[in-house]
Amino acid sequence: MFTRREALIGAVVAAAAAAAIPAFAAQAQTADIAALPRQKVSLVAPPFVHEHDQVANGGPKVVEFTMKIEEKPIVIDDEGTTLRGMTFNGSIPGPMMVVHEGDYLELTLVNPETNEMPHNIDFHAATGALGGGALTHVNPGEQVTLRFKATRTGTFVYHCAPEGMIPWHVVSGMSGTVMVLPREGLKNEKGEPVRYDKIFYVGENEFYIPRDENGKYKKYESLGESYDDTLKVMRGLIPTHVVFNGKVGSLTGKNAMTAKVGETVMIVHSQANRDTRPHLIGGHGDYVWEEGKFANPPAKDLETWFIRGGSAGAALYTFLQPGVYAYVNHNLIEAVELGATAHFTVEGEWNDDLMKQVDAPRPIPMN
Amino acid sequence: MPVNTLTLIGSAAAIMTAGAVALLNWTDGPKHSQARTPAAITVAAAPGLFSHAEPGEFLMNERPVPAPRKRVAISQPLEIMKYQVSLDEYERCVSLGACEAADAEGSGDVPVTGVSYLDAEAYARWYSEATGETWRLPTDEEWAHAASERFRSDIEPLEQDAQNPARAWLSSYQREVDLERKADPVPRSRGSFGVNSKGVADIAGNVWEWTSTCYARVTMAADGKAAETSIENCGVHVVEGFHRTYMSNFIRDGKSGGCAVGLPPDNLGFRLVRERPAAMTIADFQAQIRRLRREMFGA
Ligand SMILES: [Cu+2]
Repeated sequence: MFTRREALIGAVVAAAAAAAIPAFAAQAQTADIAALPRQKVSLVAPPFVHEHDQVANGGPKVVEFTMKIEEKPIVIDDEGTTLRGMTFNGSIPGPMMVVHEGDYLELTLVNPETNEMPHNIDFHAATGALGGGALTHVNPGEQVTLRFKATRTGTFVYHCAPEGMIPWHVVSGMSGTVMVLPREGLKNEKGEPVRYDKIFYVGENEFYIPRDENGKYKKYESLGESYDDTLKVMRGLIPTHVVFNGKVGSLTGKNAMTAKVGETVMIVHSQANRDTRPHLIGGHGDYVWEEGKFANPPAKDLETWFIRGGSAGAALYTFLQPGVYAYVNHNLIEAVELGATAHFTVEGEWNDDLMKQVDAPRPIPMN
Repeated sequence: MPVNTLTLIGSAAAIMTAGAVALLNWTDGPKHSQARTPAAITVAAAPGLFSHAEPGEFLMNERPVPAPRKRVAISQPLEIMKYQVSLDEYERCVSLGACEAADAEGSGDVPVTGVSYLDAEAYARWYSEATGETWRLPTDEEWAHAASERFRSDIEPLEQDAQNPARAWLSSYQREVDLERKADPVPRSRGSFGVNSKGVADIAGNVWEWTSTCYARVTMAADGKAAETSIENCGVHVVEGFHRTYMSNFIRDGKSGGCAVGLPPDNLGFRLVRERPAAMTIADFQAQIRRLRREMFGA
């Protein structure tokens, strides 16, 4: 059966394709793409990233991903405050998808019937059709597949962008990151190759949870019920929570990120809605692509880096000293009071040359 | 009424003090409606000797070392509130203008939370005046004695490596992770965490308690036993509960912030001990209660 909705979406696809590229070129390209090797990738939840080559192995390919949209209540702090969450694949942020420049990213987006809302996806890495948003609108009970060519390298945000409700879906959890690596891998400012031993993906979100007349956070039975109140808080622009990976403390304690002295760690930091400023307490950013785009040489030796709302950046750091590090949004009020803190535990040998407590604390000598 | 059924059983005796008698009799009729402030139910922890890790931070040869242990002797029965001071009890002090309103959570017969050391001190002052008795915060040693088998000292690192200070940081971080204590922020009605072997309720639940002991940084002499120097900072006091920790006097919310590494108290509250003028036998004590009862009610 051909429903009106399907007909409508079909018409939009045709219109967008016609507007974007001449018919002949489109056909030739489609044939070329059909001949490319295909690779299916299973996504993993942040702060981890699916296995990938840093230097591309072979020529361009079509990399297939599937994400299921999950609407669900999510506890976002230790007090049990509950967000009516909307998520890509069940996690906040949505999983990271990694491809190489020239590859085709092909996503199947599934909106199960159990959901309340229509959703779509806007890839900042993609070109045209509102980043794919105009071609991926799926109602509960539908799925859609979109393919786009990764023409620019870097870390890019993706987010849900349903007409009229974009910010609400984004601050309810619907954002994630795509990383498009140069085929030959990352380079420093001299053009020399740089590699990472480990990659962590930190998504920062701010939440706007309504309170009742006693100042207690409200709980809602459904997304729809939470909408009006939440919008009012959003309009004040003062978040109630600023967190990494969807929850206060999601990257601390037994979920702290780990590394060893001598290991080079890539930290991708994304914020789909609001500016932030990551800082590794006791460490640095050896190479930082603040804007996240690898065609630009990385900045070096940064103390704090700036991530513009609606973008993802990448920082590379080789740990030189063991210990417990805090990785924070260096608006320290947001880090300490609102939740934007993660920890790294780093094993290895202490370097006295880099730092030494020369005299332990003791009474001030009197003479 | 309660005095008749009062039982004093060896080490852990539940005692209703004179004020509590007043409360219970208050329901008898309007003539007692100006009842005195009700005194709390207390427990008399029998004297005892125990080994105790001292509170504070300890250094030897310029390096942090585990807290030295010492033999602590509690030579008199320690009369301590069986329950933490409740929200209602605290509210009474607030309504009379002697305490500042707490940032309390929960309702019903819950312990007061969201109180600082300064608030606890103010309450103790008011409560002493209201009851005509001497009530104060327990010391760290007294609290440990009352807490008995539920006492846990500081979460200290399992490893110390003079060449690598990070071993201590990493191992204490790991210890806290291994304790697997989940945040438990909502105060429960008093008694919810049960009583310990001394009959004291709610020790090591989700409300940590202020003590009167100051934080100290101690440099140990080479023998590792005596303190060479000790600097006390009474702007910070020892707080006890699931574990022992230290808080600035004005802090009301121990968990504020998740940045600092360390297990934060879910809530801050307190209980008081009753200062007894001198060593008093149980017989003396019973006599005193009888006397007070006579004075107050002519019974
Ligand atoms: Cu959406």
